[in-house]
Amino acid sequence: MAIKVTMPQMGESIFEGTITKWLKKVGDKVVRDEPLFEISTDKVDSEIPSPASGILSQILVPEGKTVQINTVLAIINGEGAEEKPAAITASGKVAAQEILEEAGTPETEILPVPPQSEKPELPLPVVPPSKPAEIAPDIRTQDIRTSPLVRRLARENNIDLSNIRGTGLEGRITKEDVLNYLGQHSPEASAGLPHPQPARVEQLETAEGRPAAPGTTPTVPQPPLLASKVHSEVPTIAGDSETVPMTTMRKAIAEHMVLSKRTSAHVNTVFEVDMSAIVNLREAHKAEFQKREGIALTYTPFFAKALVDNVREFPVFNSSVSGENIIYRKPVNLGIAVALDTGLIVPVVNDAHLRSTTGLALAIYDLAERARSKRLKPEEVQNGTISMTNPGSFGALFGTPIISQPQVAILGIGGIEKRPVVVQDAIAIRPMVYLSLTFDHRVIDGAVADQFMARLKERLQGWNRWIG
Amino acid sequence: MAMTGANDCIVVWCGRLPYAEALDLQMQICGLKKRGFDQDVLLLLEHPPTITLGRNAKRDHLLVNEALLSSRGVGLWNVDRGGDITYHGPGQLVGYPILLLRAGERDVHRYMRKLEESLISLLAGYWIEGTRDPKFTGVWTRNGKIAAMGVHISRWVTRHGFALNVNTDLSFYDLIVPCGIVGRNVTSMEKHLLHAIELEEIADRYVLEFGPVFDRNMIRMNESELRDELRRFDGKAGEVDEHIAPRSMPVV
Repeated sequence: MAIKVTMPQMGESIFEGTITKWLKKVGDKVVRDEPLFEISTDKVDSEIPSPASGILSQILVPEGKTVQINTVLAIINGEGAEEKPAAITASGKVAAQEILEEAGTPETEILPVPPQSEKPELPLPVVPPSKPAEIAPDIRTQDIRTSPLVRRLARENNIDLSNIRGTGLEGRITKEDVLNYLGQHSPEASAGLPHPQPARVEQLETAEGRPAAPGTTPTVPQPPLLASKVHSEVPTIAGDSETVPMTTMRKAIAEHMVLSKRTSAHVNTVFEVDMSAIVNLREAHKAEFQKREGIALTYTPFFAKALVDNVREFPVFNSSVSGENIIYRKPVNLGIAVALDTGLIVPVVNDAHLRSTTGLALAIYDLAERARSKRLKPEEVQNGTISMTNPGSFGALFGTPIISQPQVAILGIGGIEKRPVVVQDAIAIRPMVYLSLTFDHRVIDGAVADQFMARLKERLQGWNRWIG
Repeated sequence: MAMTGANDCIVVWCGRLPYAEALDLQMQICGLKKRGFDQDVLLLLEHPPTITLGRNAKRDHLLVNEALLSSRGVGLWNVDRGGDITYHGPGQLVGYPILLLRAGERDVHRYMRKLEESLISLLAGYWIEGTRDPKFTGVWTRNGKIAAMGVHISRWVTRHGFALNVNTDLSFYDLIVPCGIVGRNVTSMEKHLLHAIELEEIADRYVLEFGPVFDRNMIRMNESELRDELRRFDGKAGEVDEHIAPRSMPVV
């Protein structure tokens, strides 16, 4: 009898198909389920089996033609029982197909655990612990029983994989096994993290602010805050002691820090930034930069550029307070805090907004060099409109810098460290940095500060152009 | 110690594999799947320079003659996948998911959308924004096409798959009209990141995206372990009944 071959529906919203190839020609014998023709939909070439056995008596739709689903494409002169090609066959064989779909493999020794949708990074079912004999022979070949990702995670955290018992299928060590091990053995694993030391607190405090260079006076007239009025309120400690007079620089720093804290309403907000883009970029191009410019490329110019661009987008960060007025300034003069052995100083890159990243790199390098060799000119530490500092260079995760008056904000950059982070619900190792912004709440509110930082984070994470 | 579980998918990083060998391996796995080999397999690999022509390919989308190709060491293949002409080569991650699509998955469009999704997800982890173009299957960025796709389905078993440009030398695309689409660029992850990135790292990350999107437990093996599994199954498979796939999907 005549059996119709029709265009199948290859998907819910697919209503047509194109015949790309007839695998049999008119007059050929065809066997049921033998591939009969191919159709194409959306970059998918599907091979369609014959619904029946017999002789292919007519081809009604040629190659290259597109037709609607259920269109009759060909006729087979069949033998045997009647078939309905457009519907699921009534014979018991379709039951076999459904059973195949539903049941999976017939026998199993290990109970399969359905994947948990909340934890896609743990794809392996847990082996019941009562079968050590089957697990042991596989653990000896560690390399095969872990993935390259797990091995890398272990390597980066100095873990010997033979110390970890794998809970994955057949003793495989999974990422969770490594992370659990890390959690239990954190002192060794966190060897790279700084430990808090009292000395650093002082360094953090003194690394910020803007003292005048030795011999110069600050531009803002200051009352002598170190006068007896303040000090008489501080209790004295009895016992052996030695009195050392402050150096000029130390006096200036001390006065400025206290003044700044009394003037501005200091608030901090901390953001975490993924530095992969910049780290990789720098790695790839730093030799070329060194060769061309004659100086080493640090991360500072990247932060500087991003900060300066950001300040232009949020002008309030480039302002200062005068009485009841806010004075907005156009040029961005970027102060860069430089730690000296006797204190600190904040030379200023004037018109930073007009410089390229390379330009900023060169200017910063020059200022830092001359700051350390005490060759800065007085005007080079004046007129800053916004500042940045780097507590991370001494190992801090992040700092809470003091604003350099009369500015209204300062950006503190922590240490760039590789950390495990969550990306798309999986663990990745990325170089991360904490950025801490101190801002003056007299003129900048928390929401604005956070918007500023979010945008800064975007600039740094999305850095996709070489500075050269 | 059989691999089990209806949700399992073996994943193998094959490294650099010539096109013919990869095709061979795919056909072998597909053949065994039709005979009841229950495991799904995802092959991740890299090809030497190769141009392939799919079922929709037009010969004049190859812009140079075959003699020039062979003098440049570029292979040329006609392939039973959907899609037009494309290039594979070093620095490009090629993925061949060989899955028996389950009930509820038997939708060709949905399969392609999921493949795209897994790649878009991977790219997002590198801050590269991948998008779809409703007219053109594949994954695009603002710089052009970053991943091409072309699939063959036989009895709801998939083969072939995708090609993601990681550090590909894009000059090879000058030899063709990529995917038959005129006037659109081709790009790579390297073009976005401005540096090369290890292919195996991308392969590792892809496995983490593929699993959740396709709802499979990914089980890593190396190539020789996979071949052992295939051999072992082949040995005892013998007279398993042929599977019957529904001839058309019931309209829901």
